[in-house]
Amino acid sequence: MTTTTSGTAPSRSVGRLPAPVAHAVRVGARRGVTEFRISLRNPEDLMFYLGWGGGVLLYLVLNRDALVEGTSITVPALAMPGLLAAMLVFGGVLGPAFALVLEREDGTLLRAKAAPHGMTGYVSGQVVLQALGMLPMLAVILLPSVLFLGVDMHRGLVGWLALTATLALGLVATLPIGMVIGSVARKPNQVSTWGMLPVLAMGAVSGIFVPLTQLATWMQVVGQVFPMYWLGHVMRWAFLPEEASVLEPGGEWRILEAVGVLGLWTAVGLLLAPRVLRRMARRESGSAVEARKQERMQRIG
Amino acid sequence: MDDEVVSARGLRMRYGTKDVLEGVDLSVGRGEVVALLGPNGAGKTTTIEILEGFRDRSAGEVTVLGHDPASAPESWRAGIGIVLQSWRDHRRWRVRDLLVHLGDYYRPYGTPGRPRPRDVDELLATVGLDDSADQLLMRLSGGQRRRLDVAIGIVGRPELLFLDEPTAGFDPEARRDFHDVVHSLVDLEDTTVVLTTHDLSEAEKLADRILILAGGRIVADGSPDALARQVAGRAEVRWSRGGERFVHAADDATAFVRELLQHDDEVTDLEVRRASLEDTYVRLVHQHEQGHEPSTQDERVGGAVR
Repeated sequence: MTTTTSGTAPSRSVGRLPAPVAHAVRVGARRGVTEFRISLRNPEDLMFYLGWGGGVLLYLVLNRDALVEGTSITVPALAMPGLLAAMLVFGGVLGPAFALVLEREDGTLLRAKAAPHGMTGYVSGQVVLQALGMLPMLAVILLPSVLFLGVDMHRGLVGWLALTATLALGLVATLPIGMVIGSVARKPNQVSTWGMLPVLAMGAVSGIFVPLTQLATWMQVVGQVFPMYWLGHVMRWAFLPEEASVLEPGGEWRILEAVGVLGLWTAVGLLLAPRVLRRMARRESGSAVEARKQERMQRIG
Repeated sequence: MDDEVVSARGLRMRYGTKDVLEGVDLSVGRGEVVALLGPNGAGKTTTIEILEGFRDRSAGEVTVLGHDPASAPESWRAGIGIVLQSWRDHRRWRVRDLLVHLGDYYRPYGTPGRPRPRDVDELLATVGLDDSADQLLMRLSGGQRRRLDVAIGIVGRPELLFLDEPTAGFDPEARRDFHDVVHSLVDLEDTTVVLTTHDLSEAEKLADRILILAGGRIVADGSPDALARQVAGRAEVRWSRGGERFVHAADDATAFVRELLQHDDEVTDLEVRRASLEDTYVRLVHQHEQGHEPSTQDERVGGAVR
């Protein structure tokens, strides 16, 4: 380790990040793992995972023999990839959004800000936590679907790789958006308004339960602007037989377009998030946290 | 000052149309413990947050550990410790895990003379939390939580430590322990400490120097002893004679008492009381709030004012 006098940054670099930044990213990654372990021990978090995942699974089980109109594809086979996409967007946007607004309120962010490169560590921790947070949902929805509900991975190994890549791309496309919402929101209920409602609305026009082709044209257009449809599209491409493309708008698989739209959302998010996060962090101070605490007590009391 | 750790010149802060700080000048040298005293709303927290780099200022020059806090690099944070208030953060973490995690951020900034972070077990013992190392934060008592706040503030072995109302809510024993911790930081590690407090006896015990902030300015600056003399130089002499109590404010208490005893054999219950830091403080703050007219309030509390 480079020794330094105070006030001067160590000069050694790892990869393209300056050494102290890389160090903070590693510290933050460990933080994310710790937070995930904590959430697994927490009954409320477990209820959340099992409640949502279990509800979705129940829907799939109840419709296990139903066929999608005009095809030989079962409802679970069509819906499961879309539900994974919905879950991914839900967690990717709302997870960090709620975390940021709540942890700004409770002083967690200020503690991070007080440490050298602490905000870098905090954000890294959020990324790792939200990524790991996908695992319990995957375990509850994906595993039983494949093992017991006859949902096949038609593209085999390529399909599994595509699924993994899609999960990664989905996180990269949604986490920055979630962090922007969490930074701009002043109170948790603003995240509900500006985060939860749009994501739920997105779910309605993204062809999760009903193929997009069966919706009104304007809904199809809106749906194709947002990441959820395209994440589901790639996942259906991976899981379903080639001819299932008749259920997609245009009647064919459009993987390049999917990557393009998701890439665009990623770019917008990565462009906005650092600026918005920095602005938000700059305003954090002890008296700001204290003022919010007072406000919160009035709200509740 | 040769080794100036904190300096501010003409520091101003304006919120809307209200001036909270109207030109604060202050300077803190290495290894000094400086207490910032003042009534609520005098701008103590604003001042300390500007020095911590948590708040932008309206005007003035500020240098803390060689950098302007408003534009200091992240590495600057490694030299600074802040004891934040207790909130509800990290409720589900365990005490040791949190200290290890937060301490980790300081690892690249350690030097042979100042190893960073501090050893967590030693730190837990220092603040008296060794028995609570594996406790969840949400299960800590208020006092334990505050000890943890102190531990977090010093885990990076800071050169400069900020304490904003550090012992609010401490019981007397916890307060004494905390004072011991601060003294050892200063004696053993040459840590510079800037604290705000309402508690005059705390300021007197901890601080080498006291700054009194009133009306957006520093109105007094000196050691607790010097301050007490500077403003209220007179002492109060009290005695009884024939069941009756007498009080007299004297510039030269010794001469007055010699005179008194020479000429009067019936004097009993003699008492000479120096103006205390509290007298000084109350008088200064009061002057500022009332303009400069001393009033009956001063007579009652200050004792030495005509």
